[in-house]
Amino acid sequence: MRARSGRSSIEQEDVTLPPPEPIDREQLEMNARQLDVTWRDPGGLWGWLTTVDHKSIAKRYIITALLMFIAGGIEAAMMRMQLAVPENSLLGPDRYNQVFTTHGTTMMFLFAVPIMNAMGLYFVPLMVGARTIAFPRLNAFGYYAYLVGVVFLYVSLFLNTGPDAGWTAYLPLAGPQFSPGHRVDVWAQVVTFTEIAALAAAVNIIVTTLKMRAPGMSLNRIPLFVWAQLVVSFMIVFAMPAVATASTLMLAADRAVSTHWFNPAEGGDALLWQHVFWFFGHPEVYIIFLPGLGMVTPIVETFCRRRVFGYDALVLANITTGFFSFGLWVHHMFATPIPELGQSLFTAASMLIAIPTGIQIFCWIATMWSGRPRLTTAMLFVLGFLFTFVIGGLTGVMLASVTFDKQAHDTFFVVSHLHYVLIGGAVMPLLGAFYFWFPKVTGRMLNETLGKWNFWLFVIGVNVAFFPMHILGLNGMPRRIYSYLAESGWGPLNLLATAGAVVVVASVAIFLVNAALSWRSGAVAGPNPWASSGLEWATTSPAPSYNFVHTPLVLGRHPLWDSVGPLPVITGLRHDRREVLVTTAFDARPDHRHIEPEASIWPFVMSLAMGVTWIGSIFTPWAVLIGLGMTLLVILGWGWESSRVKDAELVETEDRLVEAV
Amino acid sequence: MMRAGRLALVILLGACSGQQNALDPASAQNRSITVMFWAMLVVASLIWLAVTAAFLVPAVRQRRTTREEAEPAFEVPAETSRRQTRIVSAATAGTVLILLLFLIYDFGVGRALAAHPGRALTIELVGHQWWWEVHYADPDPSKIVIDANELHLPVGQPVQIKLVSRDVIHSFWVPNLIGKRDLIPGYTSSIFFTADRPGVYRAQCAEFCGHEHAKMALAVVAHPANEFVAWLDRQRTPAAEPSDSLATSGKHVFLSAACSKCHAITGVEAYSTVGPNLTHLASRRTLAAGTLPNTRGNLGGWIVDPQSIKPGARMPSNQLESRDLVALLAYLQTLK
Repeated sequence: MRARSGRSSIEQEDVTLPPPEPIDREQLEMNARQLDVTWRDPGGLWGWLTTVDHKSIAKRYIITALLMFIAGGIEAAMMRMQLAVPENSLLGPDRYNQVFTTHGTTMMFLFAVPIMNAMGLYFVPLMVGARTIAFPRLNAFGYYAYLVGVVFLYVSLFLNTGPDAGWTAYLPLAGPQFSPGHRVDVWAQVVTFTEIAALAAAVNIIVTTLKMRAPGMSLNRIPLFVWAQLVVSFMIVFAMPAVATASTLMLAADRAVSTHWFNPAEGGDALLWQHVFWFFGHPEVYIIFLPGLGMVTPIVETFCRRRVFGYDALVLANITTGFFSFGLWVHHMFATPIPELGQSLFTAASMLIAIPTGIQIFCWIATMWSGRPRLTTAMLFVLGFLFTFVIGGLTGVMLASVTFDKQAHDTFFVVSHLHYVLIGGAVMPLLGAFYFWFPKVTGRMLNETLGKWNFWLFVIGVNVAFFPMHILGLNGMPRRIYSYLAESGWGPLNLLATAGAVVVVASVAIFLVNAALSWRSGAVAGPNPWASSGLEWATTSPAPSYNFVHTPLVLGRHPLWDSVGPLPVITGLRHDRREVLVTTAFDARPDHRHIEPEASIWPFVMSLAMGVTWIGSIFTPWAVLIGLGMTLLVILGWGWESSRVKDAELVETEDRLVEAV
Repeated sequence: MMRAGRLALVILLGACSGQQNALDPASAQNRSITVMFWAMLVVASLIWLAVTAAFLVPAVRQRRTTREEAEPAFEVPAETSRRQTRIVSAATAGTVLILLLFLIYDFGVGRALAAHPGRALTIELVGHQWWWEVHYADPDPSKIVIDANELHLPVGQPVQIKLVSRDVIHSFWVPNLIGKRDLIPGYTSSIFFTADRPGVYRAQCAEFCGHEHAKMALAVVAHPANEFVAWLDRQRTPAAEPSDSLATSGKHVFLSAACSKCHAITGVEAYSTVGPNLTHLASRRTLAAGTLPNTRGNLGGWIVDPQSIKPGARMPSNQLESRDLVALLAYLQTLK
């Protein structure tokens, strides 16, 4: 058979494949059994703590992040109840400030970034046809580090030590002088845990994407979801160190050992914090929402039954957005004394970033026009995303204007804008992605009828909750206030926003019920229920511990749509040890074999050692030294175990690997 | 339905006038910002409508039931792809053009606003957790006026507000007059504007500054020029000696109780600058930075139990004999 390459891919030699051999069912099943013995991690509690299966870890990640979404949502509901009427006394300032800070911290650091990472950790290996992720133990460590952060924040909150200086922790308010006690310390360390988790996930996704793609999946054939994950991972690598520096090295040090980085009385600079924080904080927004855009493409393709319009444009838009996002941070600081000329540069950059985003939206709309849209819940969420996100994008362009921004900055207009962008741009695609990929993770379909309820209530609720806030902001209502006077006239619109929030809560409740019911007793999905095109659909649902019996051979951008007949695969990887195929970064030619590690307790122990270090450092700087010693011991243990794993071997020759089933 | 429509109209119109409203300009500066806002809003709304129509049309036209079996993927004819490439390119070019126009427009407005207005009246504003201190400078030290939580300025004359903070970051924002400018410890910054309509405008701290960020308001009073001069002259007078015995004993209470530890009154042996200057307390509109109307009852409540009115405020509760409180209130009411 002659392979057909992806319709619009860059010229590449067509691979001539040998004629397909008849499938030996018995052999196949034996291989599968052998692979399962090799790749399955032990069961029981010990197995639960030691597993390095990227799917188990990612599933935990997703569930933990969803719990955080619920927690952040409860906090949002509390705020909406407090603000529903003027001069309400449900929450006093002390409680309210903790609640809104925890809401922002939870949603940004413990829900949005982790869940987007987790979707990548689950699906990137499947989408690139790999047996596992590049660094399975690092992956497990990242999850536990994140979990320590989650537990730490919420235990602190219930001990009345929840952070209360805003999720942006502006200095000097968050400094030792104006925030005594441990509330802000909790914030600084929670951020540290999530930075480490995000960096671990990013490194894993980068290496998996660049070095573990199935043969034939050259860079120009990578699925757009994976492109988005790759770009975002690089952004994490560049952005997270900024907040690590800001929160851990500077803020925590200011608070623990009086370094005075941000104390003007001692020659420090209060504005420095904002620069370092937003140098991370603005890319952060795109770190959350580019994966959302990456989810839109496969949904649109699958439910329009055509390959996406403008693959190249979409990839380039992804990359340019990633670049530009690092040049926007000052637009959070237009009200500070930064010279006008410098600010205008950031106005231009902020408007510029609308162009790649616009291009992506135009490409999806073009795909819909020439496709045959089928309005499943997943597809409806894409429409909801377009409807809602475009409003947020347009108010974003308005906010790029320095003069208008100074009117809207720090008001409910901005609260509205950021929720339109993040809920519209990230949460709606994410919900669509749940409906789309739920069968792959659980083997069962989500209920479509409940899905429609979920969708309509969500879109209506979000818009009713957040649209009035635009008007409130222009009407003078600043953000982060726990109370307002009746004479302000803000009452009716706040009540309306609260009503919208109630609808959102109902929608999320329906989603949770749907997920619980469908996981237990939904319709059985089969490997590819949507007749979609990606490699993740080329294996069983849920995927086995080893992901694929044979590594697929990729001949185009849409492997399951490109090949006529069965998907070509290669054989030759050993079944009796955790062998994976490493391919070249650009063309994905087989390069060498690599042996992945077995299950291990060390990642878990390492996260505990780190937890003791950072949490202890709040109470005494000596904890850093003690923790450092503990961490070194754990590294020794981890390394000793790893050294017993054999080195990689070179693949003998490329041709001998290429066979077809 | 009619009533709902009327209600919506009232809500929307409510957004178009008021004491604390960015879209109800009372200065030339904010007028140009507002015009730009409406222009951007109209263009943005049209774009949103166009995008929404663009994805709803194919979604509705080609709609199929979800139960239908997934049909095989199909190839799009080359002609369709070429046509779509042209349309998408045109849409992108349109986006670039609109953004460019926005950019030029914004730079124009920004440039005009940043221009130094020449001779301006300088007023210094100091942010505190959670109140505002206002200084009217004068070469003659005896004519310096220190006020709190009210900013008075003349209509038709450019004013420069010098912004300073002694503790955390606050933000000065009078929606009707001008956009925000932060008060950042360690920095002195300025903002210029010219009120062109007399009135009382409400400003409120816009940068989260801790516990009582919500209750840190500032009344901005724009007077006709001559009234402003008269107001300033009145503020320059020290506190008058109380004429009746109740007020006189109130003054004694002020000096002997905790009050003078934090508050100053010009003309009296009270010089502390920790809390607001009370020389003309009775002439102010509100108490506790815009939290309560300035009435005798509210003042009494504020003195005795500020923590239930503004929890976390720096003002402590004061256990006063009721006789002393009555006297103190009588005295404070004379501070016109």
